[in-house]
Amino acid sequence: MSTLENLIRMANQIARNLETHGPEAAAAATADHIRKFWAPRMRAAVQDHIERECGRGLSEIALQAFRQIGLASGAAHDTPNA
Amino acid sequence: MTYQRDKDLGTPRSASDRTVTVTIDGRRINMPEGSSVMRAAAELGQSIPKLCATDMLGSFGSCRLCLVEIEGMRGTPASCTTPVADGMIVRTQTERLKRLRRGVMELYISDHPLDCLTCAANGDCELQDQAGAVGLRDVRYGIDGENHRKQEKDTSNPYFAFDPSKCIVCSRCVRACDEVQGTLALTIEGRGFDSKVSAGLRSDNFFTSECVSCGACVQACPTSTLQEKSVIEIGVPERAVITTCAYCGVGCTFRAEMRGEELVRMVPWKDGKANRGHSCVKGRFAWGYAHHQERVTKPMIRERINDPWTEVSWDEALTFAAGKLKAIRDTHGKDALGGITSSRCTNEETFLVQKLVRAGFGNNNVDTCARVCHSPTGYGLSVTFGTSAGTQDFDSVMHTDVILLIGANPTDAHPVFASRMKARIRQGARIIIIDPRRIDLVRSPHIRAAQHLALRPGTNVAVLTAMAHVIVTEGLADKDFIRERCDADEYQDWADFVSDPKRSPEATEALTQVPASELREAARLYATGGAGAIYYGLGVTEHSQGSSTVIAIANLAMATGNIGRPGVGVNPLRGQNNVQGACDMGSFPHELPGYRHISGTEVRQMFETAWNTKLDPEPGLRINNMLDAALDGSFRGIYIQGEDILQSDPNTAHVAAGLEAMDCVIVHDLFLNETANYAHVFLPGSSFLEKNGTFTNAERRIQMVRRVMTPLNGMEDWEVTQALANALGLGWNYSHPSEVMDEIARLTPTFSGVSYEKLDRAGSLQWPVNDAAPEGSPIMHVDGFVRGKGKFIVTEYVPTDEKTGPKFPLLLTTGRILSQYNVGAQTRRTRNVDWHQEDFLEMHPVDAEDRGLLDKDWVKLSSRMGATALRLKVTDRVAPGVVYTTFHHPDTQTNVVTTEYSDWATNCPEYKVTAVQVSATNGRSAWQDSYEAHAKAARRTIAAEPSE
Repeated sequence: MSTLENLIRMANQIARNLETHGPEAAAAATADHIRKFWAPRMRAAVQDHIERECGRGLSEIALQAFRQIGLASGAAHDTPNA
Repeated sequence: MTYQRDKDLGTPRSASDRTVTVTIDGRRINMPEGSSVMRAAAELGQSIPKLCATDMLGSFGSCRLCLVEIEGMRGTPASCTTPVADGMIVRTQTERLKRLRRGVMELYISDHPLDCLTCAANGDCELQDQAGAVGLRDVRYGIDGENHRKQEKDTSNPYFAFDPSKCIVCSRCVRACDEVQGTLALTIEGRGFDSKVSAGLRSDNFFTSECVSCGACVQACPTSTLQEKSVIEIGVPERAVITTCAYCGVGCTFRAEMRGEELVRMVPWKDGKANRGHSCVKGRFAWGYAHHQERVTKPMIRERINDPWTEVSWDEALTFAAGKLKAIRDTHGKDALGGITSSRCTNEETFLVQKLVRAGFGNNNVDTCARVCHSPTGYGLSVTFGTSAGTQDFDSVMHTDVILLIGANPTDAHPVFASRMKARIRQGARIIIIDPRRIDLVRSPHIRAAQHLALRPGTNVAVLTAMAHVIVTEGLADKDFIRERCDADEYQDWADFVSDPKRSPEATEALTQVPASELREAARLYATGGAGAIYYGLGVTEHSQGSSTVIAIANLAMATGNIGRPGVGVNPLRGQNNVQGACDMGSFPHELPGYRHISGTEVRQMFETAWNTKLDPEPGLRINNMLDAALDGSFRGIYIQGEDILQSDPNTAHVAAGLEAMDCVIVHDLFLNETANYAHVFLPGSSFLEKNGTFTNAERRIQMVRRVMTPLNGMEDWEVTQALANALGLGWNYSHPSEVMDEIARLTPTFSGVSYEKLDRAGSLQWPVNDAAPEGSPIMHVDGFVRGKGKFIVTEYVPTDEKTGPKFPLLLTTGRILSQYNVGAQTRRTRNVDWHQEDFLEMHPVDAEDRGLLDKDWVKLSSRMGATALRLKVTDRVAPGVVYTTFHHPDTQTNVVTTEYSDWATNCPEYKVTAVQVSATNGRSAWQDSYEAHAKAARRTIAAEPSE
């Protein structure tokens, strides 16, 4: 399994475990989780994959999550004390 | 210096809160009701002669040496079995008592070898002491009568000898095995003059018996009948230093008993609050690795991993390492570097490694071995309760009515705490066990589980949600607790979720393989049986839904109001000695010490000010992501302190490839471990006996580790990290680990009240230790959750991607056994190998018969990841369809077959579920053969030139 394949699998797994909350909340929670726990290069690799291959292999919730991360890029730098 | 053994007050402390006043030899003392006269006298400093009494055991009253006179009472009662009463007047030393005691002692000595000068216990023998105390000068009966002096010694146990000729049949050893250890392996065989201590059946010796070598009997023996072989070989110790064991998360404290700088024995410290004077075979006896011939004590370097190692000076090694790290940073950027902290090392050492990565390497690529064990605990308890730690102290179990044990095998992995559990069960507490395997606590002497839910591996969430279904739908939830302590809306959402009929025990039975009726009974018992406490281990966390399972556990505890008082709670049984501390110290790539996210501006700035540098606000890479990045070429150098990721992490081939792809792997360890086969720099480490610092155990208990001998390598581990930091130009100047702890306290609110001075005074402290709790916090969430309201979170069962099928029809789950510890780097270098020389694969008889396999056959264990070979053990401990093995031996390479799948939230590997096939084989796998050749080549060493 390549690094990208592994990252896609990880993102889908997070989304799958959060999807009980409903699609919108799950996407937000997935985005929050990835923002909190993934290193920038991991997020960037998936973002790049989305740009190049339209996010092939990502679940709908995971894809939505990455779109939210993309929109809020850099926000993780300035969060108040977590 | 004269050896001083741990003070012994004769009988245990009474827990009564009512006091009575008693007068002993003219001095008055207030004592808790129920205390013995012996204990009252001892607390006055009055030592009544005794042989069969010790404060580790209930009073017995057999030796008749502790007689006293009590006004208004006939005869001379035994002070150990006579409770104090208000107004009681006691005399401990009268002519009659002296005469009686001397007579009793004469009888003992008439059948005892008079070899005191050559006896191993000379100077540490209670019989010898008491003969002196009663003034014995003569034995009127002589010593030539019928006696036991020619009885054969039993030296079968590797660590202690049994010499029945010296036995006075006081039964202390038998009672210790019963009351303290709870194994009930010993007995008094025969009657009258023929009475003899026996391990198990007549055909057994100590080694072949059910004895687990915890050492409680040896500690209890008042003579040299049961004696450590190390004392026989070396002599009686001259001094003792209190320190903390470096094996499991129980965190037993010991008296390291020394002669000069030689360790004679480790004796569990009775004042230790984690172990209460008990020990297991590892902490008590398995410390010989510290001086094993394979210990590496000189730094070594090499350009390529196929080169032989070259021994060099510390300066040369550190310059070489720093040069390589700087070159990587200059060429590939700061994010190409990272580090791994060790749960085996001290808080201070761990703190420094993460500081080195954050402040020195300039990123957050730091991770720790908790990644592969209890990272889901940190996540799950943090989101539900607000704190990444268990809620109780170990003493709490003595107030528990119902123990719910999930995915843990304490008798093997946390044996000292298991003994406390067993003691409580013998008092009447009931235990429910959720485990695919029939562990010893399901059924063993005087222990029988109320329920054993032998679930299919990977279905924890479904089982716990079904339990929640029963609790909610049968009206067993604690509504008052929920209303007062938890978020009501979130509870209602959760209650609606679990109440769905599709989550009932009946609906999930086919999936979980747990009979619905048994699951319902278990849920009812936990909810209504009194104080309910959940204890769990890696059988919870090492799954693709490890974090969800921890959340489900927290949900259950909140729903039943089992939080915030003695006897209840959620208790992760932490694997390694300092896994709690390593997590506390900011070893994860997303958070600073004290579990504060790296993105928090205010907290980050506090560290930036203290460390005089800018910190990266983004999370770093986890171990598995570091290895991925290494294969992609963006991660090139790593400093690994005290962890053998090649053997312990899943998917060995992937780990090897990742390490091999790096330009600089620095391994800092005691031995050339498996990871070191891929290293360019080896920095020799120091054992726990050679360093100062602190460990934090599973109860959040911070305890001192004290140096008892000079490091063989010349430096404590924190000094090595500091030297590496300074080689990189960081200019650290700590002179003692206490200064590191002071820095931790300044920067971490939960540690703000911790200092070495306070730890020395208190013995230990459970965090949080701060202004609100200056003496620490044995129980958490007493008046409210740390996060405010307890948070119920729905936990949908999501099956693992790892599926059985025609090619791999069995499920492999892994664990560890009593005598070995994790990757075995330490225990394999002790006589513990006498019990466990190799890893076995456990398989149910039906599965073995299907494959034509017999017990002890060599079998090939294969998964989609790889294959290895080991020997088979046919047993019905495992259910059909499930196989089990340990990962203690590098020859087995169990993790060659485990997969890359991991917990959704934390990437904790899914060690507990691997689809495998088992077949007959003639020998080892191709991987084992090629790895052995590589390991042999990688360990070649060129010694340093002798200095002029």
